[in-house]
Formats: sequence, structure tokens, C-alpha cells
Amino acid sequence: MRQRIVSGARELGQLLTGAAIGLPAPFLLALILVSVPATLAAGLGVLLFAVAIGLSRRLADLERRRAAEVLGRPVHSPYAPLPTGLPARVRTVIGDPATWRDLAWLLCQFVVGVISVTLALGLWLAAAQCLVAPLLWAFLPDPTSFDPMVLEITGRSGPLAWLLVPVGAGLVVLAYRLPRHLITGQARLASSLLGPTSAAELSTRVEQLTATRAAAVDASATELRRVERDLHDGAQVRLIAVTMNLGMAEDVIDADPAGAKALMAEAKASAGAALTELRDLVRGIHPPVLADRGLAGAVQALALDSSIPVELDLRLDRRLAAPVESAAYFAIAESLANAIRHSEAHRVQITIAGGGLTLQITVRDDGHGGADPSRGTGLRGIQRRLSAFDGTFRLTSPPGGPTVLNMELPCAS
Amino acid sequence: MRVLIAEDQLLLRDGLTRMLTANGFDVVAAVDEGPRLTETLVSLRPDIAVLDVRLPPTFTDEGLRAAIAARRQVPGLPVLILSQYVERLYARELLSDRAGAVGYLLKDRVGDVRQFIESIRQVATGGTVMDPEVVAQLLNHRDTLSTLTPRERDVLRLMAEGRSNAAIAANMIITEKSVSNHINTLFAKLGLPPAGGDHRRVLAVLTYLDR
Repeated sequence: MRQRIVSGARELGQLLTGAAIGLPAPFLLALILVSVPATLAAGLGVLLFAVAIGLSRRLADLERRRAAEVLGRPVHSPYAPLPTGLPARVRTVIGDPATWRDLAWLLCQFVVGVISVTLALGLWLAAAQCLVAPLLWAFLPDPTSFDPMVLEITGRSGPLAWLLVPVGAGLVVLAYRLPRHLITGQARLASSLLGPTSAAELSTRVEQLTATRAAAVDASATELRRVERDLHDGAQVRLIAVTMNLGMAEDVIDADPAGAKALMAEAKASAGAALTELRDLVRGIHPPVLADRGLAGAVQALALDSSIPVELDLRLDRRLAAPVESAAYFAIAESLANAIRHSEAHRVQITIAGGGLTLQITVRDDGHGGADPSRGTGLRGIQRRLSAFDGTFRLTSPPGGPTVLNMELPCAS
Repeated sequence: MRVLIAEDQLLLRDGLTRMLTANGFDVVAAVDEGPRLTETLVSLRPDIAVLDVRLPPTFTDEGLRAAIAARRQVPGLPVLILSQYVERLYARELLSDRAGAVGYLLKDRVGDVRQFIESIRQVATGGTVMDPEVVAQLLNHRDTLSTLTPRERDVLRLMAEGRSNAAIAANMIITEKSVSNHINTLFAKLGLPPAGGDHRRVLAVLTYLDR
């Protein structure tokens, strides 16, 4: 009950704030209207315009945050980036559709805000009057100049006053329920007028995709180059040595069996080294255990090989698409390596939850914190790997620790 | 001694068959895929099975799974797992039934024929043989080993790989008696119970290292 009263009161408060946000609308619109002739007359109008736009953007930003909270999804601000220099700025602002959508929203919010508050408060007032109608009727038998409305409606009839009590109860329910719908409605209005248009959203998305694709292509080209160099300078050279040693052994085996034996032993050692190098290379490209056991198994293997204790909480009982598995694995491996190498952690916790449409990974260590993604390539590498799959990456690492890395990857299969 | 080989690559399957036959083994079956491998193992009951981890059709870890499944039905069925790479995770799974008679080696080790044959015989007689790389991985992560002298560490490493006292003595060029002295002190330092047979000793060490 107490909780209901609190949430009801909070909703009324939100409606009041909404109305307050809309209130400056006529003033701002007037300011903008005035600024046009004022500019023609003297330069002062530009200043008025800037003030009005600045205020409206600030109100819009406030409402974006409120709407995001209500709707549970972000409402991004769609403004075109501002150039330097006042005239260019003014031109950009005037040409930006977001400016005019802001003003349209402000006008709507003014009307909607005032109506919502009136409705919500009015309903409570009406409900209260209906509930106490019999009392009012008993205490105020004669008409006064400040008569409550209920008494006028019922014409001071006793039975009618009693009839209003259940009506009042119904009104209480309505007054309690309505505000949250009004709030959601306002948030929807804000999100449709203040958020980016679908065209703008698409173009942002295209830009983002172009960037992540370029990064992914870059990364895979670098990776291929590394593999090529490793093979060229490593295993290939060793196999050449093997062939050479065996050839020499073949030549001398009759004349100098002991020498041939030594050459063959050397060949065997080179072949062994080539195998080791190939194995390390394969592990770096796609760890075999990942192919065998999927993400959960590979992370278990990673934890076993770690030099500090790793606690695992793996809630993933299915195989994911191979590229997603690989991206997630390398992101985790890199995070773990970072924790060991840079943060002097004594303990790492890795959580993987992949029940729904996203794969959620948390890597937490008890090290000294202060990790900064702008320094060092490790964290940026993780970001690049994840962004190729529309994944996100959030790092909190206050000085003194702990460092917590949250990663999310879409994994609908 | 009757051997079963499961290896999908023709070159290696033939090579292994040839090598084992030349060393007096009787190759009773050379299998090239995973399905029904467990059944074959259980019905043939070879004295030793040499299995590739990765086999058709899925090319993941069916060799290992088949070995574990077969050993569940026939406890202590000797298996030697060969792989292009070694994982501690897999070593742990193989050792977890504590029945002994298991080996886990890199394929590279077939290059050293004498040592490889020795490993097979050891597993066939109930011993435990772990690849030096697995042992190295395990040793790397134990701080408590700092109390051991370098000699004792060498003994521990060779013991974990499954070598007998005689083999350790030969490898380190010391007498068997000093090997057993080293073993006694290091078991005492690590708080391990004095163990009897070779494979129980190896298991004790591996369990200690894998904690």
C-alpha cells in the first residue's frame, strides 16, 4: 500500500516535471519569432536566437534522458555537429531538421504537459470529493459561495451523495492508473520527435558498419600477414633444414654412418621444432579446444592454464556460431592476459551467460585498476573484435580496482 | 601384445601399424573413424589402444570421448591418446577415473621410436604416461615447488611423465638408489603419501600438480 502511494506520488511528480519542461514553449517561440525582425534591424537577434535554441536544446536533452528512463531504451540526440564560427553555426542550426523537430516537440509538450497534469490532479480531486460527498452533504446543508462541485451536481440530495462514493472509488483507481500511461505517452512523443529520424538512424548505422567493417578487414589482413610471416620464417625454414640434413645424410651414409646419424638427429630436432611452431601458430589462429568443445570448454581450458586462480560461472549450454565463439574467446583470453600482466590481480572471475539473444561476458579482477582503453592495444583489440559482430564493451577500472569488463555480443543463431 | 589403432590419416595409420608390428605388437584393428569406436574397443578389448583425439566425422574430440566411454564399461582399459596438441583439460578428464593405464602424448613423440614404444608398454602394463608438455604446463603453475632443489624438480618432472626409477636414473645419469632418495624427500616436502606402484606414484604427482 505504502509502495503504491509512493509510486503514485512519484508519477504525479513526473507529470509535473513534464508540464514544467513544456511551459517555456510560448516564451521560446516568441523569442525566435522576435529574433528574425531583430536580426534584420540589428545584430542582436542572432543572440536571441542562440539563447532560444540553446534553451530548447537543453530542455530537449533533459526530456531525452527522462524518456530513455521511462522507455528503457536510449533516445539519441540527432543534432548535426556544429562547425566553428558564428555564421556557419547559425546556418547549420537553421538547416538542421532536429532544431525544428525540437520546437515542434516543445509546443506539443506544452499542450500535452498542461493537459496531463490537469487531468491527473483533477481526477484525484474529483475522486476525493466523491468519496467524501456524504460528509460534505452532512456538514454543509446550506448553499455557500464556495460550494464543492459535487454538492452542486447532486443538488444536495442525500441518496445521490451516497451514490457518489462508489463512483469516487472508481475514480481513485483511474487516477492511480492513468498517470503512468500519460508518462509513457509523453516519452513516446519525445522519442518520436526528439530521436533521430529513421533515415538518420540508418545513415548512422551505415557509417558505423563501414567503420567496423574496415577495422575487421584491417585486422584480418594484419592477422594473415602475421601468419604468413610466421610460416615463412619459422616452420618453412625448419623443414628446408630437415630436407637438407636428410639429403646430406643420404650422401654420406655409406662412407660415414656416424656422421649420417648425427645429421639425421639434427633433422629430427628441426622437424620437432617446426611442429612446435605450427602448433603455437594454430593455437593463435583458432585454438583446437575451441573447435572441439566450444566457448565454455575453451574457457575452462584457459582457466586451467592461467597462472592465477580463475573462478568460472558458465551459463552456456549450446554451441554458438564459430565466428562469435572465436571473437568471444579471444576477447576473454586478452582480458585475462591483461588482468595477469597489468593489474597484479590475485583472482579473476569470468562469467558467461548466453541464454538469450545476447552473449554476456564479464571479466572481473581484484587488481589495482586504472586500466585505460586509450592506452595499449589490448583493450582496443578487444573492442575491434567485438564491434565487428555489433558487440559492445564497457570497462570500469577505478584506481585501486577492481577492474570489471562487461562485453555483450548478439548471438541469435 | 594386441593393439588397436584409431587414426584417420592414412600416412600416420600405416606408419604406426608398421612401427608397432616391427616392434612385436599384433595390430588387431586399424580404425579410421569415430562412430562405433567405443563398441569396437569394448568388444575387442585390446591390450593397448592407440587413439587419435580428432577423428571423423566431426573432427573434434571423439577419440577422447570414445576412450572415456569405453573405460567406463571396462575400467582400466589401457588407452594411449595421441594428439597434435595437448590440453590440461583433456589430461584431467583422462586421469579422473584414477584407474591408471592411460597415456596422453603429442603426435610428435612418435619420432622417438624407442621412447614411444616404451610409453606404450608402460600404459599397457597399467602405467600412466603424460606428455612432457602437459607436465611442463602443470609445473609452471606451482609456486610450492620452489622448496624443491633443481635435481628434485627434474625427478618430479620425469616421474610425472611416467618414467620408471630406472629410466629416471638413466636420463639423469645417477644411480637408481639416489633417484629413490630424491623421490622420498620430495614426496615428504610436498606432503604426498608414500606411494607404491609406478602408476599410483604418477597419479599422486599429477593430482598434486593439478590441484
